[in-house]
Amino acid sequence: MAAPMPSEHSCFFALALCVSFLKCLLINAYHSTDFEVHRNWLALTHSLPVSQWYYEATSEWTLDYPPLFAWFEYGLSHIARFFDKEMLVIQNLNYASPATVLFQRLSVIAADMVLVYAVKECCKCLREDKGKDLLGKPSFILTVLVLWNFGLLIVDHIHFQYNGFLFGVLLLSIARHFQNRHLEGAFLFSILLNLKHIYLYIAPAYGIFLLRCFCFTQNNADGSLQWRGFSLLRLVALGTIVLTTFAVSFGPFIALGQLPQVLSRLFPFKRGLCHAYWAPNFWALYNVADKAFSILGVKLKLLDMNKLPKASMTGGLVQEFQHSVLPSVSPLATLACTLLSVLPALLRIWHRPDGARGFLRCLVICALGSFMFGWHVHEKAILMVILPLSLLAVESREDARIFLILSITGHYSLFPLLFTTQELPIKIFLMLLFTIFSFTSLKTLFRKGGSLLNPLEATYLLGLIPLELICEFVYPLTVWQKTFPFLPLMFTSVYCALGVTYAFIRLYISLLTCSDTTKRIKTQ
Amino acid sequence: MKHRDTGKKYNSVSLGLALWGILGLGLGWDLFGSLAFTLALNYKQMELYHSLPFFCYLMGKCIKQGLTGRGFFLLAKIALTVLVTFALCWMPFLSDPKQSLQVLHRLFPVDRGLFEDKVANTWCSLNVLIKIKTLLSRETQLFLRPVCLVINEMPLIAIWFLLTSTFSMLPLLLKDGLLLPYAVTSSAFLFLSLYLLSALEKTTDEELRLSLSHKLTQHCLPKLSLIIKWKFWFSLVAMAALSFTSVWLEPPAKLPDLFPVLVSVLSFLQFLGFIIYFNVVQLMEPQRKKSQKKTN
Repeated sequence: MAAPMPSEHSCFFALALCVSFLKCLLINAYHSTDFEVHRNWLALTHSLPVSQWYYEATSEWTLDYPPLFAWFEYGLSHIARFFDKEMLVIQNLNYASPATVLFQRLSVIAADMVLVYAVKECCKCLREDKGKDLLGKPSFILTVLVLWNFGLLIVDHIHFQYNGFLFGVLLLSIARHFQNRHLEGAFLFSILLNLKHIYLYIAPAYGIFLLRCFCFTQNNADGSLQWRGFSLLRLVALGTIVLTTFAVSFGPFIALGQLPQVLSRLFPFKRGLCHAYWAPNFWALYNVADKAFSILGVKLKLLDMNKLPKASMTGGLVQEFQHSVLPSVSPLATLACTLLSVLPALLRIWHRPDGARGFLRCLVICALGSFMFGWHVHEKAILMVILPLSLLAVESREDARIFLILSITGHYSLFPLLFTTQELPIKIFLMLLFTIFSFTSLKTLFRKGGSLLNPLEATYLLGLIPLELICEFVYPLTVWQKTFPFLPLMFTSVYCALGVTYAFIRLYISLLTCSDTTKRIKTQ
Repeated sequence: MKHRDTGKKYNSVSLGLALWGILGLGLGWDLFGSLAFTLALNYKQMELYHSLPFFCYLMGKCIKQGLTGRGFFLLAKIALTVLVTFALCWMPFLSDPKQSLQVLHRLFPVDRGLFEDKVANTWCSLNVLIKIKTLLSRETQLFLRPVCLVINEMPLIAIWFLLTSTFSMLPLLLKDGLLLPYAVTSSAFLFLSLYLLSALEKTTDEELRLSLSHKLTQHCLPKLSLIIKWKFWFSLVAMAALSFTSVWLEPPAKLPDLFPVLVSVLSFLQFLGFIIYFNVVQLMEPQRKKSQKKTN
């Protein structure tokens, strides 16, 4: 006899609870230096007065998040006292007692409740198909894709970060925009910016969308801008909210005259074009092309080997480096490239806003454009693309296909973050679990109209399996492991960069060629 | 299904083979089932615990088919399978009688004590009152596998049993530093099985196979199923409380083994309850009609 079908609410609760159980099991797994970073911040916010927060430098991991996050750590530190007082002493560098680990891990799991709430709100915004059974509903699939997201699990709960909480705020802000509660959405985004400034990458999308769709209250009959519909009141309201949030956050530091110091901590531009492990973006391909040209040039006797700068981009340290053949890239150049890459999308939603969905698509493109062309991008930044894209993926076929390519490639590129042998089975099985689920659920959701991926895309994705086998198992046994230890990482970066670039191009095509949503609904 | 591999015992092989045996018998493939079980027995002699039911079932089946006709033929086939399998497994050691004796001696070491550590069985619990010393050995996992098979038929009891078995291993798990996995997997298992199998709703008399017993005890006891439900919650609370105290409180100096002993006594009482329950259900089960599609 079969069990009665659980209701949607209980199913959601079960999913959230079970992923929390899984996170609890990962408490004693490997954690990276980010663990010490947050312990240090707990210590310094607890022990020092506010005026010292951005000057403290006993530990190498100085405070480089905006003030609201520092206040968050301050709040946590008061609970930390009951677990282990020693973790709050700044001098206890690399302190990691069992109680400390337990507290920090539990704080991430608890903060994820924000993400759980945000997903619940997002599910309300989806266009539901009432006929489907529970497991095939878009809301169920979205819940699993976000709450059980492989990237979030390994970055937050193994590597150690607070991304779940931050993405919760982001998704909640998006949900509010879907629900036409724009002021709340703007408020949440301002808070988010003051928690982690990496979200500046998507600020243009917010800015243009709010200006176009909120400040201009009416459109002409054909959907274009009606200048007379401009509402000064709304603009002022928006401005007040944003400025107040920033004032509350940065106010104390401006009053103390510490703003330059805070900004220098937040935006340290001394680091190199690429992280030690290259994020799979355009610059990874650029670096490889440069290297290939230089080797080719030397072989064809077009270049003199002695005049080429020494290769230091593949070393472990984060340094400045020079390109040999292609022009060297400066931070300003990357900024220009990023802006150029997102400009068409921004212009598009200015001219033909597609409501909240168009905004979301533009947001995803801004995030991906910044990932592709940004300065010193972390591979973790791909999560900023994958998570909002999940919302689009459960509603549109084309987005589902882009999501599959991007998520599988992006998640695979996170593998080098967990390099310990004990975490190897975990990362492989979790990745397989997530990939198989996303593939089968999206395939079933969009079963009308043929297969989701074309043979070329499928081959590319399957190619990740031999890549993993080579990099993880075969390569360490070869002779080259000692002479070129960075090659597996480079292979991973470059291979994934191809997939990410492809997804970027497809996303753009889908944005620029899609017709108005309203027209689509009318024809259905 | 949970599997505790503390100590790397590769129990899965023998338990898996025993499961194949049960599956074979369930599907009516008697020879296959006997083969699988014999292999399980030759992998780990612990499976002797399961051998009696196998023997009785197969014997009963043969007798039912008539020992003079088809039944005898079936008996001969099964006996041959078992003997040949044994012979093949023991072949290297059968050449010399001294060797075979030595193997048996190693398999059944009568020199060891009655129980190892604090085990949740009669002898250990009785030991609290009377000091006893003879031979037995411990493995609770042995009982887990067959119980998992009935989880669909009587979910609440099966879940209860499985949780008790894990709880009974608490002292060992604590020693191995497995407190966190124990707490998380027990909670997760409890939640998931109650949620997915709706175990708490399936507690009517009929579902707990207690209809006949209820008729007998109607006069002296109130609703039997309600009692069982309350006992389930009570035992959960007791197990949780004891787990908590084992971890956080220090035992008094005079009784350093207080908590492990309490754990084994509590588990024993629950296992005793299960053994009575399963026996009652087995004995009171009405004869299945041949027209029913279900195989047993």
